[in-house]
Amino acid sequence: MVRRLLHLNVLGALAGLVWLAIVALPVYWMVITSLRHQGGFLTQDPVVPSKPTIGQYQRVIHVGFLSYLRNSSVVTLSVVLLVLVFSLMAAYAIVRGEGWIASGTFRLFLLGLAIPLQAAIIPIFFIVIKLHLYDTLPALIFPTAAFSIPISVLILVNFLRDVPAELFEAMKIDGASEWRMLWRLATPLSRPALLTVGIFAALQAWNGFLFPLVLTQSTGTRVLPFALYDFQTQFGINVPAVLAAVVLTTLPVFVLYLIGRRQLLSGMTAGFSR
Amino acid sequence: MRADNKKKGASPLLALPALSLFAVFALLPMLGVIVLSFTYYDGISAPRSAGLANWSRFLHDSTTHHAIWLSLEIMVLSWLFQTPLALLLGVFVSGRQRYRAVLAAAYFVPLLFSAAAIAITWKNLLDPNFGLLANLTHRLHAGWFPTDWLGNPGLALYMMIFLIAWQFIPFHMLLYQAGARQIPLSIYEAAEIDGAGRVRQFLHITLPLLKNTIVTSSMLIIVGSLTYFDLIFIVTGGGPGFATRILPLDMYINGFQGSDMGYASAISVVLVAAALGLSMLLIRVTGFGRFRSAHEGA
Repeated sequence: MVRRLLHLNVLGALAGLVWLAIVALPVYWMVITSLRHQGGFLTQDPVVPSKPTIGQYQRVIHVGFLSYLRNSSVVTLSVVLLVLVFSLMAAYAIVRGEGWIASGTFRLFLLGLAIPLQAAIIPIFFIVIKLHLYDTLPALIFPTAAFSIPISVLILVNFLRDVPAELFEAMKIDGASEWRMLWRLATPLSRPALLTVGIFAALQAWNGFLFPLVLTQSTGTRVLPFALYDFQTQFGINVPAVLAAVVLTTLPVFVLYLIGRRQLLSGMTAGFSR
Repeated sequence: MRADNKKKGASPLLALPALSLFAVFALLPMLGVIVLSFTYYDGISAPRSAGLANWSRFLHDSTTHHAIWLSLEIMVLSWLFQTPLALLLGVFVSGRQRYRAVLAAAYFVPLLFSAAAIAITWKNLLDPNFGLLANLTHRLHAGWFPTDWLGNPGLALYMMIFLIAWQFIPFHMLLYQAGARQIPLSIYEAAEIDGAGRVRQFLHITLPLLKNTIVTSSMLIIVGSLTYFDLIFIVTGGGPGFATRILPLDMYINGFQGSDMGYASAISVVLVAAALGLSMLLIRVTGFGRFRSAHEGA
């Protein structure tokens, strides 16, 4: 019995190591290559770089990386703010509201969970042009936020439903308005759910590719994932520089992972796992 | 006493900001895509009525039919490839041993990359002239070893399925890890006393108790595979030839590169209908009402 358990554990651990290699090797190669010179990187030792350099990183920063970083930050922060405030208000109205309006609103958001963003892209392009938002940052902010709202409302509704109604009633007897109860009671109580929702929305905004591809075109509105795509054509065969850009765009999320792994991962599986 | 003091419910107006944003950029497009599918629209001049022209083209366009076929293929193969691996690895890292926690921390790293970052890394890694494989075969003088994996029409789709798995298995692993951790240890202890081995414990305890997670994860893979876009767009752009031109790519290429947004809208309508239909079918077949039971602890 004991021997059999041990045996299977070894098999499991071996399979685990194989998968580790599959995950880690490309990441290792990416980081190592980004530290190489362009010339002769092909013939250098593929495992250990002979003379590491940060030259590629400097080059990437010289071709506008910082302005793309700024655009991505503006988009991400705006999306998070919009999603948090709007979704919490909506969730509060749904949980504390009564009758068919509240339940109908909730059902509408649930329907939204099933709408694939890719299939909506052409009418979104049309609407963005009609609103004269094409090639502006709001053209990225509004649709990205809109597609994060349904899942955020769902998470917050599930969370707020667990708050005892007596807490609200007590505040109400003290004469608090709905608005006050929303900000003074519902907001602090839903902090963990708000964190999950915020991380989810931030990742959607930070990593989104299709909206920037379709809804922006100039360098002034370029965000990081689209910049990566552009670097690929711009640098062509300078693979180390392209990979340096990949490393730089991933760095903020990586730092977040080191600081708060649990929160980041819960934001990633928002609504699908608890 | 004012009347609204007696009223119990919160004002539905609080939902208005979220609702309007959602209506303009998600609900309205769903109606819009249907309307646009009956027009000629090049993205610049105003849409003109096209009657059923786009739809009759849809019935006859062999490129689109090929794309539908590829989408189905990628859906089935992705599910077959990702589900067992994510399930086994997820259960594996749900163990509390220290080395498993360390492995888990590494396994989740692909989740940190955007699809664009993953696509560009792999595109370069697999590049027949400048990639890692090219480097290795050059250094080892192994000229016979095939290096052009993405340029081979017979291989490109399978490479895409592998890359998509590389991107998404960590996510599904995370779901399974969370699911497996909710199974009470006492059940395993009881089974152990009864003399059940590890394999039987897995088959008779873990697997049945993970049913909800399996359904959630499968649904996300199946519906998600209809809409894969970023990764394939960047790595192969649908090629070589039409080898990886799945339905969302066919839509994009027709709409934004061929300036035929009317026809692309017709493809989008099919995508939405397929996504909705598949979700509902899966919910029906599996008797799965997770959104209703979500806060009771499914």
